[in-house]
Amino acid sequence: MAEVFGIPVGVILGQLMLGLVNGAFYAMLSLGLAVIFGLMGVVNFAHGAFYALGSFAALIGMQRLGIGYWPGLVLAPLAVGLLGMLIERLWLRRLQGLEPLYGLLLTFGVALLVEGCLQQAFGSSGQSYPVPDLLQGALNLGFMFLPRYRAWVVVASLVVCFGTWYLIERTRLGATLRAARENAPLLQSFGVDVPLLLTLTYGGGVALAALAGVLAAPVILVTPQMGGSLVTVVFAVVVIGGMGSILGAIVSGLALGLIEGLTKVVYPEASNIVVFVIMALVLLVRPAGLFGRE
Amino acid sequence: MRTRTVLYSMVGVCAAAIPLTGIYPVFVMQLLCFAIFACSFNLLLGFGGMLSFGHAAFFGAAAYATGWLVTERHWGPGAAIAGGMLVAAALGAAVGGLAIRRRGIYLAMVTLALAQLVYFVCLEAPFTGGENGLQGVVRGRLFGLLPLQSDVVMYYLVLCLFVAVLGAIWRIVHSPFGRVLAAIRENEQRAISLGYDINRYKLLAFVLSTALAGLGGAVKTLVLGFATLSDVSQSTSGEVILMTLLGGIGTFLGPVLGAGIVVTLQEYLSELVGGWVTVVIGAIFVACVLSFRRGIVGTIARLAGGGSRR
Repeated sequence: MAEVFGIPVGVILGQLMLGLVNGAFYAMLSLGLAVIFGLMGVVNFAHGAFYALGSFAALIGMQRLGIGYWPGLVLAPLAVGLLGMLIERLWLRRLQGLEPLYGLLLTFGVALLVEGCLQQAFGSSGQSYPVPDLLQGALNLGFMFLPRYRAWVVVASLVVCFGTWYLIERTRLGATLRAARENAPLLQSFGVDVPLLLTLTYGGGVALAALAGVLAAPVILVTPQMGGSLVTVVFAVVVIGGMGSILGAIVSGLALGLIEGLTKVVYPEASNIVVFVIMALVLLVRPAGLFGRE
Repeated sequence: MRTRTVLYSMVGVCAAAIPLTGIYPVFVMQLLCFAIFACSFNLLLGFGGMLSFGHAAFFGAAAYATGWLVTERHWGPGAAIAGGMLVAAALGAAVGGLAIRRRGIYLAMVTLALAQLVYFVCLEAPFTGGENGLQGVVRGRLFGLLPLQSDVVMYYLVLCLFVAVLGAIWRIVHSPFGRVLAAIRENEQRAISLGYDINRYKLLAFVLSTALAGLGGAVKTLVLGFATLSDVSQSTSGEVILMTLLGGIGTFLGPVLGAGIVVTLQEYLSELVGGWVTVVIGAIFVACVLSFRRGIVGTIARLAGGGSRR
């Protein structure tokens, strides 16, 4: 087989494929962060915790209530989204008009609450979630066998990402949401219930994180800490993409997944840090982020 | 003003008398190290208006550097502490140089991500001992004279350093530099239009704060005799934020009080509530942000100040 710098092309393509799967998760998570930040001005530190909660909701649904993967894919994000809306109504709302760093600190506390509760309920050892029957097996791509489930993850997340982008940038609902960010009092005077919109936005963003959690459940070990380490990487992705940009979040999420995959082939020791190094470089060259405006 | 002097001297006498009381000195020393750490964090957030979400990187980097200098290079404690501070300050200059390119919430995210980078480097680098950390760091003799193996001697050294840090921060905040920093925090655009090179001021504040954070970490290594991954971890960064928030952001003694409460909680909370520690800490965080944003010292100052301010 052909080689590039002494590395078989098959190995490179294989790692790129796995990187694309990771990138799909980065894209979905940074998308949710970008939606919440872009429309509410809140940096949601609890995003990783809600991602973990999505996985656990699917897991509990399966173990205790017999809810399968496909219904779980809808029900778990719905449940977590409702919890998010409750948190927005009870807590986040009270920070409106204060410095944005209080939103960050509050959601940091929420993340500790959620992770601590999951830890108490399920312990730190991981649990696994079975791959649904429909997606068992692997596809032969010629250079590697790609598990069907991973292919599904990439497709599903791309559909969700571009669906969200379309919803916010191209529909009337999206225009209303953006108007709420731009000038809330004016929109309110047109008779739009802005507080309700904000609650729905936070619920929606959190539900996206939970959906990523359900999608991830069959390919990773489900632990209470699974979101905590991921959220830092996703923050870096968002800084690279430019915070308010939805398309930027999607593109840089996918791209960084690929770059991380490539690093695993070329220089495995650096694969944990490559995203942060790229973030530092982007800050040097373009402080506002690749897709950001400032 | 007189009551304040009386209060301070009473606290001073109590602090000096602690080795006589039978309170475990190592616990108090650890507490003072975290108080130094929290004060350094507060210098940046409370007086400079910059939220560093990765301050543990500097605390931990100095902790590792000091431990390495003592165990591998056989430096004395004084030089090793200075070395640790220098490493933290250099790291602070690098991280700060990048982070101040963004403001507010972005700065917090950048520091968080760069601190995670430091964490991974510490996890994999050959000189940090990986998952085990650096063990068996001996305290040695300060300048070849003072035997720090004695907890009492060590305690007085830590106390002196702590008082020196408070004095240094007081000096910084009340210097012309501190005033400009406050002006930048209040209104960055106006400070720029007045002709201040705000990035230089911000960077200097970052370096000063990280050097002091490094002092806390370096001394902590000598006190406990080890440096571990938890020193550079994100949860330690979270703790120092909680200490400052709880005590009062931007108050002079708030972080000290906050550090005292959080360190004591961590020592005894696990006996009381078992595995619920994280949940309790999270709940305190949420409660503070929602309805106690001034913190303890800030609230007391407001009550004592009555209607005199605004």
